[in-house]
Amino acid sequence: MQGGIALWGVAVLLASAGVAALIASHRWARHVGYGLCLGACLGLMLASGHYLVLAPAPQSLHLPVGLPWTGAYFRLDPLAAYFLLVVNLGGAGASLFAIGYGRNEPQPARVLPFYPLFLAAMNLVVLADDAFGFLLAWELMSLASWALVVAHHHDPDNLRAGYIYILMASFGTLALLLAFGVLAASSGGYSFAEMRSASPAAPGLILLLALVGAGSKAGLVPLHVWLPLAHPAAPSHVSALMSGVMTKVAVYGFMRMVFDLNGAPAWWWSVLVITLAGISSLLGVLGALMQHDLKRLLAYHTVENIGIIFLGLGLALAFSAHALPAPAALALSAALFHVFNHSLFKSLLFFGSGAVLGATGERDMERLGGLIGRMPLTAFAFLTGAMAISALPPLNGFVSEWLTLQAILISPQLPSWALKLIVPAAGAMLALSAALAAACFVKAFGVTFLGRPRTAAAAAARETDRASLTAMLAAALLCLMAGVLPGPCLDALAPVVEALTGARMPPQSWLTALSLVPVAESRSSYNGLLVFVFVAAGTLLSIAVVYCVGSRAVRRGPAWDCGFPLVSPLSQYSADSFAQPIRRVFGRVVFQAREHVEMPPPGDARPARLTVTLKDLVWDGLYAPLAAGVVIAAERLNHLQFLTIRQYLSLVFVALVGLLLAVSIWT
Amino acid sequence: MDVMLALALQGGQMCGVLLLAPLLLGFTRRLKARLLRRRGPPLLQPYRDLLKLVRKQVVLADNASWLFRGAPYVIFAATWVAAALVPTFAIGLTFSWIGDMIAVIALLGTARFLLALAGMDVGTSFGGIGSSREMLFASLAEPAMIMIVFTVALVAGSTQLSFVASFMHDNVSLRVSLGLAVAALAIVALAENARIPVDNPATHLELTMVHEAMVLEYGGRHLAMIELAAALKLLLYVSLVACIFLPWGLAATGSGAAAYAIGAALYLGKLAAGGFFMVLFETSIAKMRVFRVPQFLAAALMLGLLGTLLLFVSRSF
Repeated sequence: MQGGIALWGVAVLLASAGVAALIASHRWARHVGYGLCLGACLGLMLASGHYLVLAPAPQSLHLPVGLPWTGAYFRLDPLAAYFLLVVNLGGAGASLFAIGYGRNEPQPARVLPFYPLFLAAMNLVVLADDAFGFLLAWELMSLASWALVVAHHHDPDNLRAGYIYILMASFGTLALLLAFGVLAASSGGYSFAEMRSASPAAPGLILLLALVGAGSKAGLVPLHVWLPLAHPAAPSHVSALMSGVMTKVAVYGFMRMVFDLNGAPAWWWSVLVITLAGISSLLGVLGALMQHDLKRLLAYHTVENIGIIFLGLGLALAFSAHALPAPAALALSAALFHVFNHSLFKSLLFFGSGAVLGATGERDMERLGGLIGRMPLTAFAFLTGAMAISALPPLNGFVSEWLTLQAILISPQLPSWALKLIVPAAGAMLALSAALAAACFVKAFGVTFLGRPRTAAAAAARETDRASLTAMLAAALLCLMAGVLPGPCLDALAPVVEALTGARMPPQSWLTALSLVPVAESRSSYNGLLVFVFVAAGTLLSIAVVYCVGSRAVRRGPAWDCGFPLVSPLSQYSADSFAQPIRRVFGRVVFQAREHVEMPPPGDARPARLTVTLKDLVWDGLYAPLAAGVVIAAERLNHLQFLTIRQYLSLVFVALVGLLLAVSIWT
Repeated sequence: MDVMLALALQGGQMCGVLLLAPLLLGFTRRLKARLLRRRGPPLLQPYRDLLKLVRKQVVLADNASWLFRGAPYVIFAATWVAAALVPTFAIGLTFSWIGDMIAVIALLGTARFLLALAGMDVGTSFGGIGSSREMLFASLAEPAMIMIVFTVALVAGSTQLSFVASFMHDNVSLRVSLGLAVAALAIVALAENARIPVDNPATHLELTMVHEAMVLEYGGRHLAMIELAAALKLLLYVSLVACIFLPWGLAATGSGAAAYAIGAALYLGKLAAGGFFMVLFETSIAKMRVFRVPQFLAAALMLGLLGTLLLFVSRSF
């Protein structure tokens, strides 16, 4: 039943794309367009949530559309329902935000029709139950989001971002196509049911292809280069969807192929996944620290958080490969809970950056500052998101990281030596990236919202509209709720985890008053609710005591300036100067950071200059040579366009003979 | 009746750490002065300072925001909860299970996050430099701490401090990994509490300072809260070392009044010993340049990682 409702919801989204295209030029178009999306997403969310709570048997649907001899298969099982919930929760938030934020859009006709299409495509990826439908929806998702990335195509940076994005997306889809080809070769059919029942011929190859295909969409290092370019280029509510939701659809694709359709995991799969995940989390956060564009900083953090999610998935693969179902369930729960958490706080943070962008027209933190006084509610919501993503209790980011750390602590049970060395190293990288994330968000929040305004635009900012504020505060509240009451969330995850690993975490809800218990025999526990209550009570108590015992008087005065009058707000710490010590410590190797000081001689009135050069080693080492190779090959092959008809015919003949020879040798 | 007793013990722990924290600070200051052949302030001076600060009027910068005014109370509360989660005189208290070692570290992280933001709120360069350096040190000290937790938890089989303490008490053994962990923990404790050689708690207005630069704009009751939080943090680290590596005398659940009294007396002794060794180290070493500190902390991170790796290779290390 819920599966049918979900498909109707997708149909509403597709229809609203058409409606939006027709009415896009009207003044109230955004209310209708985004309102329809909001309604559809809420409906889909309720249907998937209802399914998850009841956890009935999987529901299959077969529609006579698509390829003529197969039709389209759809299926709602716990995994699909969970990701449907994540997608539509993010979609509902973004739609609500966009009802207000859409007023800043100069050309709504370039955004409004593609937005519902993008949402519908993401829903279809999750619902699809055959390779053809999955790939079609996947490609539709890429194309719709590409159209949104290049919505403001007059900016050459956006065009370049769109170009790199479409190249990487096509490459990823190619890898997925090949992966489904290998799967279909052994099962003989394109529906997931057939693939599930057959045992694939080359499971390792499928893992590699799925990792490349889904990893390039999710932003795993070294396939992440498009992500920090494309996500910030789109309008902010679309950035929120791309970072918060589309990367999760990629995680879904990986989980569906590797945990569900593929055969039993081998031990080396997890080594590969954990290594890439650890590198992603560290490089993502270090990349973020070097940015001063607020939206690009957030996009780099997506790379980091995808690393944390894949670390959980890799640990789950490792435990499954060694037949340890209970720890595998813990690791998988941690990864899935982080999927939920990241979609919440990353959407929230992108909403906040969109509100700042709408109020000031600036994305560059060096031109902002002091917004907490002008936009207090936005600042509060952004602060909540920043604390959640920095894994600070009592918010939700901490819970999923705590679960991941607990999963790492069980992993000495793993017998293979490679894992014994890689897992602690990945744990150290996770801890390092969490601490660096906190530093990065002190920088992001401190430079954007605190201090004195650096430009006139920042000084004249006004609080954003009600719809956007509602979306942000609702997301902030959900971050707090998921952090304070993680038990019910993890219980709702139990059917998903049980379907994939054959075990589940111990029932959490009412055991020892809402404390989290990672595995049954563990003695570790964490209770977000009581930590929150104690901290809140301690705060209130201290305020009460201080106000009773001590003075309540407040006097305002100028800040202490050491005798020098405070000149320009530009003398404040900027984003780059905040990150300078960290750049010196970590950036010399990772980014080949070099500082060059140009100091004019005494008597010369020119200002001194400090130039910092950073290199992207992944781009320089991997993509630049690849692009150069493609250009050289294209120039060589260019000769083939200018042959005579005889030469073409002989080429065709040689190719035919060659293929026939190949076939005869093969068989 | 049992419930009442348990709650009373928990309340005693919470009030105890709060009351003892300034005393520990006064003790270390006095001891340090004596080692430098000065007379030093009286033991109770930190209490008087706090009372004086609380009674004073607050002077706020013109553009100070709600975050600047609210942060000191949250910083204090988070540090207090973290300090009360570390066993001091007894284990298995009523609420000891609400957070483990990772939660303690993360609560301190919450406090530090807000303090660094408060440092940037007024928009002076001093606040910025303090926040930036504090976050640099934290970005190495916190993972080092997590690695220490890994090492201890892999030995004891749990991240819950009460359990770790009773395990360490019952299974006394010299292990390489725990040796590495205690060295790393000492380094982290010095850095986290802004002690020499990382930072100097006694300076004001010096470009090498970190913690004091961050709180430069604070005064009155706000400063009192931050100072109290700093004192609690020092107490927390000494208690942490004591309960993991010197778990003797901790009263178990349901033991008699004598056990609790012995536990409390021993705890005072442990605090004094911890303060003594810290001060001894401080007086015998010079402060480092700021960019030497990351190397110092990276050494702690590597020690912790090495301890964890050894335990992953074999549980017997």
